[in-house]
Amino acid sequence: MFKRATTLFTKVFNFYYDGFRAMTVGKKLWAVILIKLFIIFIVLKLFFFPDFLKTRFENDEQRSDYVLEQLTTPNTK
Amino acid sequence: MIGNIDIALVDWSRAQFALTAIYHWFFVPLTLGLSFVIAFMETIYVRTGKEEWRRITKFWMRLFGINFAIGVATGIILEFEFGTNWSNYSWFVGDIFGAPLAIEGILAFFLESTFIAVMFFGWNKVGKKFHLASTWLVAFGANLSALWILVANAWMQNPVGMEFNPVTARSEMLDFWAVIMSPVAVNKFLHTITSSYVVAALFMLCVSSWYLLKKRELMLAKKSIIIASVFGLLSALFVAVTGDGSAYMVAQKQPAKLAAIEGLYQGKTGAGLIIFGVPKSDAHKNKKDNFHFKLEVPKMLSLLSFRQADAYVPGIKDLTDGNVEKNIMSAGEKIEKGKLAIASLSAFKNFKKSKQLTKADSALRVFKENSSYMGYGYLNDPDSIIPNVPITFYTFHIMVGLGLLFILLFMVVLYLSVRNKLDNKKLLLRIIMWFFPLGFIASQSGWIVTEVGRQPWAIQDLLPTAVATTHISASSVMTTFILFAVLFTVLLIAEIKIMITQIKAGPEGGEHV
Repeated sequence: MFKRATTLFTKVFNFYYDGFRAMTVGKKLWAVILIKLFIIFIVLKLFFFPDFLKTRFENDEQRSDYVLEQLTTPNTK
Repeated sequence: MIGNIDIALVDWSRAQFALTAIYHWFFVPLTLGLSFVIAFMETIYVRTGKEEWRRITKFWMRLFGINFAIGVATGIILEFEFGTNWSNYSWFVGDIFGAPLAIEGILAFFLESTFIAVMFFGWNKVGKKFHLASTWLVAFGANLSALWILVANAWMQNPVGMEFNPVTARSEMLDFWAVIMSPVAVNKFLHTITSSYVVAALFMLCVSSWYLLKKRELMLAKKSIIIASVFGLLSALFVAVTGDGSAYMVAQKQPAKLAAIEGLYQGKTGAGLIIFGVPKSDAHKNKKDNFHFKLEVPKMLSLLSFRQADAYVPGIKDLTDGNVEKNIMSAGEKIEKGKLAIASLSAFKNFKKSKQLTKADSALRVFKENSSYMGYGYLNDPDSIIPNVPITFYTFHIMVGLGLLFILLFMVVLYLSVRNKLDNKKLLLRIIMWFFPLGFIASQSGWIVTEVGRQPWAIQDLLPTAVATTHISASSVMTTFILFAVLFTVLLIAEIKIMITQIKAGPEGGEHV
């Protein structure tokens, strides 16, 4: 059972490993993808796009209260 | 109320969302459309065993891969924007969006990311049929991903299957099937994905025409043109059918959008459909139909909107001022009901806090009676229920005009291809190449009609866009707007450059993806 699972894992690993090794234009694309993901998830998400309600309030009750306040007195700047 | 909200912030938040969505939509149509064409081509290869079809499939698969790789995750940014710029909205809709977006994420991850690897790496490593099944699963996975996000968008245009909880300030799902099977959602999904197939077919025609002009890859180009023109023609015809269905739903659920689409200020019995026209600038001010010129099909708008040639189509004046005879409530009356809903929601909140439960129940009852008009309570001017008429009018007519032109193009190209007469028609081949950007213009115009046309609403009748925004500084939104403009432009240039290099290299000269 264990041996069979190991063989399957090895096969899957080799499948991906050989696939990535054989890539040429794909390497360029992966570079684009990785740079893009870094910018999106590290730079943009961390520094520019905090989740407003999650970062300002501790629990859902406080978030509900805040949004309810916004909905009933939306003239608060 | 709405007059006190920082309009610069709302405008920048809207501009940023629009910019992100428009750029994201440069990548999506090709992914949705090419995935099915590739699956179809590979099916021919597996059934006939002819190597030429394997070669053709691999060529288009490479271009699909480039587009997929560059476009992947660009949609995630929209979700970031929900959390930062649209927190009131995100909280308000949370429970409704949670399920569709979670399913979208899981499907996209498992179906696309697993089988896309088999599709690209597995040509000589797995059996032909397993490879083919993977290719089809990638196509279905990509299109299913689109289903969930389009269901979420349709819900904003027609919020069904939910109830607003005044304690948590969130919408709660009552009926999952009502959300995903609402006629607005079904039409939106079918219309959007098939219009994407049209864009993909135009892309294939563009690339193949270039090969014919260069007298290169003739076999690949000719076979691809036939497949693209059949796929494009069927899709474009289906787009027309679902477009009719979408317009019918707009007439029922978003009458102000329909009036703006047609520049219809005065309601009419047996209203005509404007094929093309140029509205005069004073039409909006006077709320009167006034065109420099127009080409109109009599009674067609009534027929398409209500399936009756003599049906009454409400104009902008009916919707703002009301029409007792036609039983149309004025925007002013809706605003009053909306203000009552908000005031009773506020009273409910305060009574509940001070534990005056009887009074809280009474306030809640008033709120529930008027809650379907809640969004109107944030507006001050009845005219603010009208979207930007010139933008909605022109983008709609550009979309429809181009859509009809695409049907004609696919028919002509198919006819000439089948008769083997396309190769030497150099001028036509050059013209065909220009239809690819026109495809994007039509597709983006469709989204502009959908989104600009539903203003002032983030959620139809319930939440205006201005109230949906987070109260952060407009300058921070402006900064990220510029960042996105730069990032997406770089990505688009990268895609175009890599794509052109690969097309110029051809199926043999190209590199392995």
